Amino acid sequence: MTLLWLIPILPLLGATVLGIIGPALGQRASAVIGTASVGLAALIAITIGVEWLHHPPPGEVFNQTLWTWVSLPGLSVKISLYLDPLALLMTLVITVIGTLIHLFSTEYMQDDPGYSRFFAYLNLFVAAMLLLVLAGDLVILFVGWEGVGVCSYLLVGFWFSDPENGAAAQKSFIVTRIADIAMLAGLLLISTQLGTLNIQAMLAAASAQWPHGGMLPELAAALLLIGGLGKSAQLPLQTWLPDAMAGPTPVSALIHAATMVTAGVYLVARTHVLFLLAPEVMRAIAIGGALTLLVAALAGLMQSDIKRVLAYSTMSQIGYMFLALGVGAWSAAMFHFLTHAVFKALLFLSAGAISMRLHHEQNIFAMGGLRGRLPAAFWAFLIGAASLAALPVVSAGFFSKEMILGDVWTYPGRVLWAAGITGALLTAIYIFRAVFTVFFGPVATEPSGAYGLRILLPLALLGLAALTIGWLETPAFLGGRNVFSGFLSPSTGAAGRHVIPLAITLAGCIAPLAGIAIAFALHRAGFWRAQANRPLSELGRLLRSGCGFDAVYDALLVKPYLWLVAGLRHDPVDLVSIGLAGAAMAAHRRLRATQTGRLRRYIAWIAAGSVATIAMLLFA
Amino acid sequence: MNAVFYAAAALALLTTALAITRSNPVHALLYFVLSLLFMAVIFFTLGAPFGAALEVIVYAGAIMVLFLFVTMMLALDKLSLRRERDWIAKPIWMVPIILVVLLAAELARPLLSLHAGLQAAFHIVTPQAVGIKLFTGDLAAVELASMLLLAGLVAAFHLGRRQ
Amino acid sequence: MSIAWPVPAALALGLFLLGLLGLLTRRNLVFVLMSIEIMLNAAGLLFITAGMRWGNPDGQIMLIFVFNLAGAELALGLVLLLRLRNRLTTLDGDAADLLRDTA
Repeated sequence: MTLLWLIPILPLLGATVLGIIGPALGQRASAVIGTASVGLAALIAITIGVEWLHHPPPGEVFNQTLWTWVSLPGLSVKISLYLDPLALLMTLVITVIGTLIHLFSTEYMQDDPGYSRFFAYLNLFVAAMLLLVLAGDLVILFVGWEGVGVCSYLLVGFWFSDPENGAAAQKSFIVTRIADIAMLAGLLLISTQLGTLNIQAMLAAASAQWPHGGMLPELAAALLLIGGLGKSAQLPLQTWLPDAMAGPTPVSALIHAATMVTAGVYLVARTHVLFLLAPEVMRAIAIGGALTLLVAALAGLMQSDIKRVLAYSTMSQIGYMFLALGVGAWSAAMFHFLTHAVFKALLFLSAGAISMRLHHEQNIFAMGGLRGRLPAAFWAFLIGAASLAALPVVSAGFFSKEMILGDVWTYPGRVLWAAGITGALLTAIYIFRAVFTVFFGPVATEPSGAYGLRILLPLALLGLAALTIGWLETPAFLGGRNVFSGFLSPSTGAAGRHVIPLAITLAGCIAPLAGIAIAFALHRAGFWRAQANRPLSELGRLLRSGCGFDAVYDALLVKPYLWLVAGLRHDPVDLVSIGLAGAAMAAHRRLRATQTGRLRRYIAWIAAGSVATIAMLLFA
Repeated sequence: MNAVFYAAAALALLTTALAITRSNPVHALLYFVLSLLFMAVIFFTLGAPFGAALEVIVYAGAIMVLFLFVTMMLALDKLSLRRERDWIAKPIWMVPIILVVLLAAELARPLLSLHAGLQAAFHIVTPQAVGIKLFTGDLAAVELASMLLLAGLVAAFHLGRRQ
Repeated sequence: MSIAWPVPAALALGLFLLGLLGLLTRRNLVFVLMSIEIMLNAAGLLFITAGMRWGNPDGQIMLIFVFNLAGAELALGLVLLLRLRNRLTTLDGDAADLLRDTA
């Protein structure tokens, strides 16, 4: 366990090596270095995990302090790594799924000239994300936070020669930056009020000093939440995620599905003690999560780009996680995080596998009948879609979504449960819309090429996980196992799930099945295919654009800002100094007229001057 | 003695005023020389005979003579005389007179506050006294003054050479 | 003889002001030099007055130095006047304005 520090360092080392001498190394060496660094980190993480299960450290917490970074009278920041079950879970997910995605991209990116650059950025991202989850101090967490933001920018704009990619990267960076400002304000509030940013110390101080429901914890929690909302692409800061699909597909799989966008969820889960002191903020989280999952699901119904479908799906599923966080179901949220990481990575990788055989075509209406042509991709995507739709019993997603819906049922008003169940229905509809359109029906584009082992192996492993991992935590009628929440309980509090009426559980089983049936019926009726041909209605266009948020932000924020920038282009503030210079020049021009060169004039001025001086001397 | 003083003073003022208002420079200079002679008389009445003598011999007799020779060398003709008369038309005197009157008014006050009633006894300062003081107490100044003359000599020689 | 001391001083002031007036008014450089001489002479009168006030030879000594200065200055001034006339072919002081600010 003392090798904990190697886990973030190895990918960082890989990134440094690849960044400095990458182009000279060639493709093979870059692939090896890139994948091996994350792979080794995964091995170490698994070893630590096994060791943890056999003899967990005292208090279920392992601290490793590397050195002291800042030591000021008001604040002391140590570079410390804090390992508890929550951090261990995140680390395992990041490193293992990260390794699989690295392996996948060694084959996926092999025709790209920026090969070593890709792996350098990807390694750097993994290093920053690991730093984020292992951070014992909020400042270190923030360093990792910013690091993943930078890497996201670099990777979304990877193919920078197309200015649209650069614009998408900028959008992601700017929106998350706005959120980060709020988070920084939250950090400042916490450090000035509580005197420390070490997470455990801060939480203890907050519980001791701040009253439940008081203004300070509400404010601090709200500010941290805004930071998390931006990073996790939730309402109202969600507009960047669909555009971030401009990056390569492995990037979308790793960053925008499994890891970075869940950083907000991790933040709330990690500091949940603070959030428990702020019930208003918790309510906002729950409502926001519910709204996001509905809005995103509706938008996903109208997309024609397969990656955008998955992007809105990510937004929606993270909405579920936030919904769980908002009602205090920390374990449920993290369980859904685990299953989502698996099946969303699977979905993205299989989408990438499909498009790489179709000359990077991403429009679902240009695909069709690929069931027979690309069987591996078909089965992988199907398993992922089933898990996403929470197909009862067979898929992992079912168990985690069930857990969330069960915990939300007890929330007063049942409104949130209604939103959740509607969302489940919509999720099944939109993902199986994509499944039926891509894999069934007549073939629109013939695939070419073949898959190598490096593509198939990650798909197979993730598929297997998507089928089995759900059994870690089962509802009452299937055995009532609590392995997962038991594991997490030192970090999150109580284990197990609430007891709920069987009818509700059944409703949760029926919703995805109903959704699949509806999608199939509409597919049979040719409804989805027709969407491609006829122009969209007003509502359709609104939903496709992500429910109009982009347009609103453009009108409210972007246009006024650009107008302001255009107005300030000629630097009006500089007018002060320019004005001074101009005034001096004008005065100079006036005074020049006195330099006539004429002796008499000068003598007259001398005489007048002496009159004035003597007058001053005599009469002053 | 007082009457002589006042007469000479009035005439000095008059001739100086005439000197600055002539259009012919030679006439003006001659009026000025006359005013210098009256100044010498004033020096004498004040009890400084050596100063009076110097005024006539050095100033009027050497310096002004030099000036007159150069002026005559300039050979001013009728055209320049007419031009000169244009240059001293009445309106030109307006502003200078105002300035000078202002200056006079300002300086009159401290002047009048000089100890008026102090009528010291009249005594003459002899040339011997001047000589003794000059060559014993102020010898350094004498040397400096001669250096000044040397400088002026060299400069005038150099500047006056034909190119 | 008893003359109140403000009187010669006032006379010196008057002569000085006349010289100044001439300097301010005349364009011909000869008159300019002459006005300067008038002013120097008035200063000399003031020196004599002061010296006789205190019964010192200092007044006349300063007079000697003033003459000294006047002589040196006039010699140079006249030489420069001649050079100027050769260059500009006129004695007009206003014509010598080459140092004006050409805007």
